[in-house]
Amino acid sequence: MRGPRPAQRAESGDPIVSETRAATPTALHPAPSPAQVAQQARAKAPVEVTGAQSLVLSLEAMEVDTVFGIPGGAILPAYDPLLDSVSVRHILVRHEQGAGHAAEGYAAATGRVGVCMATSGPGATNLVTPLADAHMDSVPIVAITGQVASSSIGTDAFQEADIRGITMPITKHNYLVTDPADIPRVIAEAFHIASTGRPGPVLVDISKDALQARTTFSWPPKIALPGYHPVTRPHGKQIREAARLVAAARRPVLYVGGGVVRARASEELRRFVELTQIPVVTTLMARGALPDSHPLHLGMPGMHGSVAAVTALQRSDLVIALGARFDDRVTGQLSTFATQAKVIHADIDPAEIGKNRIAQVPIVGDCKAVIADLAEAVEADMDASGGGDYSAWRARVTGWKETFPVGYAPPEDGSLAPQYVIERLGEIAGPEAVYVAGVGQHQMWAAQFVRYERPNAWLNSGGLGTMGYAVPAAMGAQAGEPDRTVWAVDGDGCFQMTNQELATCVINNIPIKVAVINNSSLGMVRQWQTLFYNERYSNTDLHTSVGSRVPDFVKLAEAYGCVGLRCERPEDVDATIRAAMEVTDRPVVVDFVVERDAMVWPMVAAGVSNDLIQVARDTAPRWDREDSEAIPQPTDANHDRG
Amino acid sequence: MSKHTLSVLVENKPGVLARIAALFSRRGFNIDSLAVGETEHAEVSRMTVVVDVEDLPLEQVTKQLNKLVEVLKVVELEPGSAVARQVMLIKVRADAATRSQVLEFVQVFRANVVDVATESLTIEATGTSEKLAALLEVLEPFGVRELVQSGVVAVGRGPRSITDRALRSA
Repeated sequence: MRGPRPAQRAESGDPIVSETRAATPTALHPAPSPAQVAQQARAKAPVEVTGAQSLVLSLEAMEVDTVFGIPGGAILPAYDPLLDSVSVRHILVRHEQGAGHAAEGYAAATGRVGVCMATSGPGATNLVTPLADAHMDSVPIVAITGQVASSSIGTDAFQEADIRGITMPITKHNYLVTDPADIPRVIAEAFHIASTGRPGPVLVDISKDALQARTTFSWPPKIALPGYHPVTRPHGKQIREAARLVAAARRPVLYVGGGVVRARASEELRRFVELTQIPVVTTLMARGALPDSHPLHLGMPGMHGSVAAVTALQRSDLVIALGARFDDRVTGQLSTFATQAKVIHADIDPAEIGKNRIAQVPIVGDCKAVIADLAEAVEADMDASGGGDYSAWRARVTGWKETFPVGYAPPEDGSLAPQYVIERLGEIAGPEAVYVAGVGQHQMWAAQFVRYERPNAWLNSGGLGTMGYAVPAAMGAQAGEPDRTVWAVDGDGCFQMTNQELATCVINNIPIKVAVINNSSLGMVRQWQTLFYNERYSNTDLHTSVGSRVPDFVKLAEAYGCVGLRCERPEDVDATIRAAMEVTDRPVVVDFVVERDAMVWPMVAAGVSNDLIQVARDTAPRWDREDSEAIPQPTDANHDRG
Repeated sequence: MSKHTLSVLVENKPGVLARIAALFSRRGFNIDSLAVGETEHAEVSRMTVVVDVEDLPLEQVTKQLNKLVEVLKVVELEPGSAVARQVMLIKVRADAATRSQVLEFVQVFRANVVDVATESLTIEATGTSEKLAALLEVLEPFGVRELVQSGVVAVGRGPRSITDRALRSA
């Protein structure tokens, strides 16, 4: 086993330092123009370049069209050839976290790999949150960071941080490159790893001397990943076994997760539902995987899921989990989750299967292939023996959907209900728009009250719960899909974490729209304080509308060169949204000043059984007699342990 | 809890050990012992990891290890069909009065004396963890001044090689 760094330095440190001097373009050795280099590179003949040029050529070869980033000392060499690239557009953000979330938004909206770039030290550590976010939500991004020169690594040099070590647990894979010859291979591998199997973030840290040294570039490089073989084709035996359970079930539910969106398997899912007539729930990460208008779509499961979705899972006898991971926010108390159900669990990541809930039929594979194969097997069973009969079950669950729709009570004092704002926004902007949420109450309302009809229309930070995701991710989505309307639905707390990217949007002509659902509070925390902490509102007042406006979001928007609008009355909502929709040449920020005490319902308190779902404060759903059998009636929910 | 011995074949690259050690601690698994070295193929290293977990978490450990890009293969070695050995160096107090007694134990356990001083003997012993524990127990009354032990290394019995198979599939 080689030692981690000293060995590397011994191998390649000193020669690189001496090469570095020679690498600086001089009058005697002018750097080739990018056009010349690109032309030579396209001819597939190795060309003499610097490491930095090799990096830019590699990005071009990977057909990267957009990079979000900020230059700084160690990454500086890469920014020089980047200036000349014809095909790679670099968008200068205002904070590296914005670059990371923008890359995520770009990737989530387009399905292509998002790219962000930062310098060493603080530049790189500012990417930590987006990397962790992308890791949790399986978003394919590649982060490129500069590192101090290899001879200085380990010396606590200026702006040195061991970003490879720091990001090991929050990336799918990461690299430290100190030999410029490795750059094309590592970039090709990084994109391959990020986008295949279970997608995820890959970080490539490149030392400054490797960027400056001379090397040769040729494409395509030879990829060497002997330990990386994601399984995408499901096993036929497991598919047949799953089909057998489907045929034998009486109360099956399709539990659809974000993996279906990442696998682009929505069409296969729709056909499977048509074929089997099995009811569907879509998780927070999968909203839009099946159109909300589909009659068998029961809504979102989990802590703030619909009564129909939560209860259908609880009483099912077969859970068919597709690209979902039995997250605690979906299952509630795990030991009481869907206790009578057998489980078919299909995921491209074998480690997800059996992690939280034992699966009777584990299927490792890409959801697109799994669902298609499963449909074929189920159809064969139906032809042979008629298949399963779920009509009674279907009638029950769709009955719950009608009896317990997700709703809200308009405030009696005529103030604005946040749910109403979001509902109208969804109606007016329509299903072709992209909706990007931050984290908190507004996120849950956006998941509940916008009707999603297509995948990739809903972007949010599900696993990590990153406040501040919305504005930069919306920017990334808009950059990737310039022809769509992109609405960030943000909270007043979230918005203040990353709104400096409005400057980036204005300057780069990225006309996102931001609906700030302004309740003058850290709303979700406040809701928990209301419910579980005796209404003691410790440090949740943001002073953004009640009593004072610090800051005034309209003025803030205008200061950035955006259009700023404010709406405080229900009767003005439609006109305000329409006014915002008409602005297409710059970003718009709408300050929707909403009622402060609105809460997200339904709710299952943290750590308790999903059977204890409440539709409003201290209010359990009222079941008819048949349905109430075999449900433990809530006594006193053992509130929050989370 | 029960002990399991995993053989993990990895690419011989910088940082792999850190990645694997971090994975164990992050997922809350305890490593009993860890040994790393190059294999007959210079580009492949082999780690022998002894973990103390139930079967279900063990499956999770194995799956998580397999997700690491630089991990080529993970094999659990069953005690019945594998040979496992550990090395121990023990510096034990031994003067003129006790030296012969200590040497007797060294012989019984087929250990070696690798350093002699007037006040001490340093003993090198190789064997299963159980044998080494027994040796240590009999030496303890004399006064153990220093104890160093390697991780367990283990290999499956019979002619088959897990490295060959791993490289072929790669």
